[in-house]
Amino acid sequence: MARKQPKHWKNWLNGLFVLPYLVVYVLLLVLPLVLGWWLSLRDVDMLADTSDFIGLKNYADLLHDDIFMGAVRNTFYFVGMTTPVFVALGLALALALNRPGRTGAALRAIFFGSSVLSVTIVTLVWRLVLMPDKGLLSNLMVGAGLQPLAPLVTESLALPSVALVTVWWIIGLPMMLFLAALQQIPQEMYEAAALDNAGRWRTFMSITLPSIKRTVALVAVIEVIQQFQLFGQSYLMTQGGPNNSSRPIVQFIYETGFTQWALGYSAASAQVLFGLMLIGVSVQAWLGRQRSTEEQKS
Amino acid sequence: MAGIQLNRVSKHYGNVVVMSDLSLDIAQGEFLVFLGPSGCGKSTLLRMMAGLEPVTSGSITINGKDVTDLPPGQRGVAMVFQHYALYPHMTVYDNMAFGMRNIGLAEAEIATRITDAARMLELDALLQRKPGQLSGGQRQRVAIGRSIVKNPSAFLFDEPLSNLDAALRTRTRVELARLHQRLQSTMVFVTHDQVEAMTLATRIVVMNKGCIEQIGAPMDIYRRPASRFVAGFIGQPAMNFLDTERAAPHDGRLCLRIAHGSIFQTGLLDADVPTGPLTLGIRAESITLDPQGELPGRVDVVERLGDRTLVHVGLADGSNVVAEAHRDSSVAPGEMVALRIDSTRLHVFDAAGLAHHAPQ
Repeated sequence: MARKQPKHWKNWLNGLFVLPYLVVYVLLLVLPLVLGWWLSLRDVDMLADTSDFIGLKNYADLLHDDIFMGAVRNTFYFVGMTTPVFVALGLALALALNRPGRTGAALRAIFFGSSVLSVTIVTLVWRLVLMPDKGLLSNLMVGAGLQPLAPLVTESLALPSVALVTVWWIIGLPMMLFLAALQQIPQEMYEAAALDNAGRWRTFMSITLPSIKRTVALVAVIEVIQQFQLFGQSYLMTQGGPNNSSRPIVQFIYETGFTQWALGYSAASAQVLFGLMLIGVSVQAWLGRQRSTEEQKS
Repeated sequence: MAGIQLNRVSKHYGNVVVMSDLSLDIAQGEFLVFLGPSGCGKSTLLRMMAGLEPVTSGSITINGKDVTDLPPGQRGVAMVFQHYALYPHMTVYDNMAFGMRNIGLAEAEIATRITDAARMLELDALLQRKPGQLSGGQRQRVAIGRSIVKNPSAFLFDEPLSNLDAALRTRTRVELARLHQRLQSTMVFVTHDQVEAMTLATRIVVMNKGCIEQIGAPMDIYRRPASRFVAGFIGQPAMNFLDTERAAPHDGRLCLRIAHGSIFQTGLLDADVPTGPLTLGIRAESITLDPQGELPGRVDVVERLGDRTLVHVGLADGSNVVAEAHRDSSVAPGEMVALRIDSTRLHVFDAAGLAHHAPQ
């Protein structure tokens, strides 16, 4: 027994290796999450410097707040518009550019290139294209003898425009992830499929897609998480307008927290966003698991 | 005309000529093995037959039909790949059914064919498993099964045994030989392993640098290799090569003097062998340890293989030969020995590497 003690000690000392990570994780992630949750149960007024515990009242208020509910709808609409496009278009680009040679490499670089731009540059460029009267789009339409469109100030087009810009901006990452996955598929398998009389569509559906399904799930999860947090593009392009039609949850959090200084209310809406994202990702993970167990059974 | 015909087939990659004007006739039901070192073009040739690699010029006929420009699936061939190339997300059953479903075969017919093939290859219990749950040997059997169910006019094997361990390789080799006897189909097999070639083939095609060095039955190639390359590639251990000087002919027969002075009379007519340096080729089994032997040397290494014993002997001129001793021989490294060479089984190679054999 006496011999065992130093061994235990040694095991504990091993813990030192994970300590730096643990400290950062607790300080920067767990603590803010708990503090945020605590804050969301209080009525904090930064201007009057008061803070009272009010239980779940902030959450109840949010349910009846038309602007917040509109922001939730907008965010879901935005995620619904962008995520499938990121998956489908990212995969389509990867399939088209998964070839050796300079043209493929140049096009891959071009498509990925926009991802390194900052949101301010991207929105600035696209505002020049989409702005009413003087924008490129408007000029082109007038030139073609059409009634000019002003998407950023049209309620039904504002959020789809932000979605379009977002896809243009960061389609490079899903494309790269799909490219990496495609290059993992052994060439021999395609040759076997060719000898098995599989046409292009059949090969794609029966060989390519099943081989990269993990990456499809990964891209979907990454994009859901990322697009739920939409803020920069809509704030810089439409300021949430016209008539709140492009206001996402994060903008609502920002405005209630940092322009109206209602920190408790803002924290509660942030918790709701967190909950929604958690539900979204869990449903996706669950669906993925269902599919793979079904496949194992069949 | 059944079987496979290659007519003046060439393959270039840009300016690099991999093979040019290669012609070959593979008979129906034949087990033909392409044998050669890595990069000799044997796999490229097989892939051209399968349609996975386009030919630069020439034509390929399978079962009487010109398939040169047909896609792989329409050539009526099945291929077994080196790394099996099974579809990892499909069960064994679906792996085998995939090709048949693609040509719209009825499910009942598919099931019958798979059941038959599974019974033949002892895969019955594995049909619902995925490739990831199988051992290497089982995967290889599935790959073979996937070929069999298609009833192809020819089977193409691309080094199918090279990923198996030694014991399994020997067993699978026997299974393949049995399969060929049962199906009587045309089989084309690519390998760099001469044991596989010797044991499986009805004919071997020895290839080197994109050219055919020799075509023949295994024992013909072993006994009468056409070139120094073939002689060195076929046979285990590799043939011994000794530099020689041409001695005065005796009775019109070619005589050769080797380094220490011994003169060997060959069965060849002196006039038939071109002038220039000649190399003598002798297989280990034609060199025996004999106290009365004409060639002295010192034993370097002794390899006891059970059924025979190989003795590596250093000669006076510094060269090394491998001789065969009786399996119970007690010869030990460092000993001085004398070697007897069976002069009826000599191979002579001229400066161009071409072999000259005495008429049989």
